[in-house]
Amino acid sequence: MIPPSFDYHAPQTLREAIELLGRYGDEAKVLSGGQSLLPMLKLRLAQPAHLVDIGKIPGLEYVEEKDGVLAIGGRTREAALERSEIVRSRYPLLADTAAVIADPIVRNLATVGGNLAHGDPANDHPAAMIALGARVVATGPKGQREIAIDDLFTGLFTTALAPDEILTEIRVPKAAPRSGGAYEKLERKVGDFATAAAAVQLTLSAKGEVERVGIALTNAGPTPVKAKDAERYLAGKKLDDAAVAEAARLAAKAANPTADRRGTVEYKREMARVLTARALRRAAQRAAGGR
Amino acid sequence: MSKHSITLIVNGAAHQAEVDSRLLLVHLLRDVLRLTGTHIGCDTTHCGACTILLDGTPVKSCTVLAVQADGRQVMTVEGLEKDGKLHPLQEGFWEMHGLQCGYCTPGMMMTSFALLQRNRSPSEPEIRQAISGNLCRCTGYVNIVKAVQYAADKLRKE
Repeated sequence: MIPPSFDYHAPQTLREAIELLGRYGDEAKVLSGGQSLLPMLKLRLAQPAHLVDIGKIPGLEYVEEKDGVLAIGGRTREAALERSEIVRSRYPLLADTAAVIADPIVRNLATVGGNLAHGDPANDHPAAMIALGARVVATGPKGQREIAIDDLFTGLFTTALAPDEILTEIRVPKAAPRSGGAYEKLERKVGDFATAAAAVQLTLSAKGEVERVGIALTNAGPTPVKAKDAERYLAGKKLDDAAVAEAARLAAKAANPTADRRGTVEYKREMARVLTARALRRAAQRAAGGR
Repeated sequence: MSKHSITLIVNGAAHQAEVDSRLLLVHLLRDVLRLTGTHIGCDTTHCGACTILLDGTPVKSCTVLAVQADGRQVMTVEGLEKDGKLHPLQEGFWEMHGLQCGYCTPGMMMTSFALLQRNRSPSEPEIRQAISGNLCRCTGYVNIVKAVQYAADKLRKE
């Protein structure tokens, strides 16, 4: 399959890229890793007249802790996130997530910023970043602004980013003591989108009670699902079997999946329940110092 | 549609080409440079038959624009053989019966080449993980793993 015709631009600076996006507006798309965009072009699911490739702009690939956050450059490759020592040792939810996005070869090009900016609820980073309470940096003609992850996803393939804004950084709250996270994904085969998946990030008090918890679901509705009732229910509780079961039940209730080749609505909701329970248990183990 | 004059190095040789913005890298390699060792399988970023190395990193060339390879190094399966001598990976696939129909083989070998560059002694799970984005419809994975192990052994002795 050959993509439809478009003009290709390879700006050398962020300023130049933003200017191009401003000039072409809705007619332009940002090309980051291209691992979602190029397949969509081939299938004619998108037909932008202009592609603005941000691949030649320096300084957009990094993973580092600074100023109380883990800062991830927007064009950071998934493979780099997966191999990052900081991520592997301190951000297990991100390490879990990066390891199950598409397949290892796709991850060599696919980018963290692209996975979010694409606005696909079947992508894995949205739920992970919601559970983590991340913020993203949008850079546009007037400079930078921060967007809370809960405000980023406005609809199917739609985000709060303006046409002339580029997602340049993701800011994840720095890993707190006694915190842990996990991503549990059910997929038919390597490289498939999730049949269902659950992301959990939690911080326990010294007594083992839930101090903070984020729970979100992948591919469970037109936008990534934040399981607010389950989060509220767990606040201040010990994570015993009954609490895990009830939180998982509440999370599944928030899921609103559609039936497709991967399963029926009932099946997917049930899997969301099972995976949320597993993610909660694993996150709690990790918060207590386990693997 | 914009046209672009690009220069890239493929298997050590510099090439210059005028390409349409929408030309895919796999089509540049196969149809323009006539390097047909790189296969097109699914054309949807799933199967990995079109895997090549871009600056040493395996990528699916059906999901990269030719113009994105401007100024970069490409290595295809044709670049494995040196001076008429098969690369240990090619030898491994031959000796261990690592291919049946052979369609996935170029991609399997390029992914394995990159794996062996960064890990001289991969375990079986590491090999299987590395090639999890390359599909073999003959399901010949057992012998593909053996072929990669053969190459790893041989390369360590070199």
